[in-house]
Amino acid sequence: MSYQWNWGVFLQPSASGDDTYLGWMLAGFKMTIGLSLTAWVLALLLGALIGVLRTVPNRALAGFATGYVELFRNIPLLVQLFIWYFVLPELLPESLGNLYKQSNPLLQQFLASMICLALFTSARVAEQVRAGINSLPKGQKNAGLALGFTLPQTYRFVLLPMAFRLVVPPLTSEFLNIFKNSAVCSTIGLLELAAQGRQLVDYTAQPYESFIAVTLAYLLINVTVMFLMHRFERRIVVPGYIGGK
Amino acid sequence: MIQISNVSKHYGAFQVLTDCTTSVSKGEVIVVCGPSGSGKSTLIKCVNGLEPFQSGEIIVNGTSVGDPKTNLSKLRAHVGMVFQNFELFPHMSITENLTIAQTKVLGRGKEEAMDKGLKLLDRVGLKAHAHKFPGQLSGGQQQRVAIARALAMDPICMLFDEPTSALDPEMVNEVLDVMTELAREGMTMMCVTHEMGFAKRVANRVIFMDQGRIVEDDSKEAFFANPRSERAQQFLAKILHH
Repeated sequence: MSYQWNWGVFLQPSASGDDTYLGWMLAGFKMTIGLSLTAWVLALLLGALIGVLRTVPNRALAGFATGYVELFRNIPLLVQLFIWYFVLPELLPESLGNLYKQSNPLLQQFLASMICLALFTSARVAEQVRAGINSLPKGQKNAGLALGFTLPQTYRFVLLPMAFRLVVPPLTSEFLNIFKNSAVCSTIGLLELAAQGRQLVDYTAQPYESFIAVTLAYLLINVTVMFLMHRFERRIVVPGYIGGK
Repeated sequence: MIQISNVSKHYGAFQVLTDCTTSVSKGEVIVVCGPSGSGKSTLIKCVNGLEPFQSGEIIVNGTSVGDPKTNLSKLRAHVGMVFQNFELFPHMSITENLTIAQTKVLGRGKEEAMDKGLKLLDRVGLKAHAHKFPGQLSGGQQQRVAIARALAMDPICMLFDEPTSALDPEMVNEVLDVMTELAREGMTMMCVTHEMGFAKRVANRVIFMDQGRIVEDDSKEAFFANPRSERAQQFLAKILHH
């Protein structure tokens, strides 16, 4: 094999002229982080809400939440992304659809990607939250109610603080997944990390360097997330409880 | 104080309670006993509405528990309950366990709630443990905290659902002592328990249940001296031997 390694490629001025190829990679890195973090915040909020609804006595609400989870969990991420990006704008009322289609293409890609990742991940977060709540002893809910708490107060003060502590480890893995899943958004042209890597290959014909850099960048993100979540986990430990001291 | 009239409950085809009728007057201590699966825990949970029932009526301090218009949270705030598995909130310190419902439900100030909580903690002999977490206490200590937590709400009556069944034998007495003292002070109490010594010491009446029915409802003297039903005789013969 006569591959010409050239790590200096990153410092060469890029094809667009106003940047280096390293600059392209950094732009993709920032896009991946910005997209994943905003989607994650949304996914956590929505997932917590839907997860709670799955456990409430009201059957209509619980049924709605179950439908939500099954819908977003059982359709491939890629298909969901295409629906958000290509199909949904056509289904909007015409004025709204046109407004969307005339907006900045980058904004369109970003919005579709963010909503898609957020809803897909929220269904998975909801399942973790539901499992956390259901794993608490049934007497905890009764104890909250018996003290005169309303059902929402019982969730707020008694059930959720423990349920969330229990599901921090599985939520960490969803948090890692959202960064990895964001690579799918390159398929609609969003220039995130993976897309920049591919673009680099097209322009420089240096695939090894490009994808090694992309790999290391994803690794850096996820090692950081794991480190932070591990510290967070240690901070919220309950004394005398599993994992506590 | 508590009026239970013709209460029946079923899960699907399974009848859990059949036509239960009894009452607890102010200051009375009632012990409910019976074999497992006889419906005693279910009956006591019906009293504060933790378990719904299909027919009959329960009146607590003038309020109908089964009435859909009743504000159950408001009623429960003044009916203390102690559970078999303590059910302290593991993520809160002992003092937080004692004060949270006082501040969030009764609207008391933080200091007032803390004063009250610590006073009751002292009363159950655990003042030194105020800053610990439930997981750092023994079962008996946790159950005493749970009793203090219920008392902090100034309950008009107390419900005990097998408060000593999950305890190591060594710890049973420390909890029974607290309950005995409470009974002597005139608290209205309904206790599901197998502790016949406790029943003999402080109960006014003993209720014996079997297969969802109240089989005996008698003064403790009559119950222990001469249980009328054969089932209660068998039950007593079995548990009093050791």
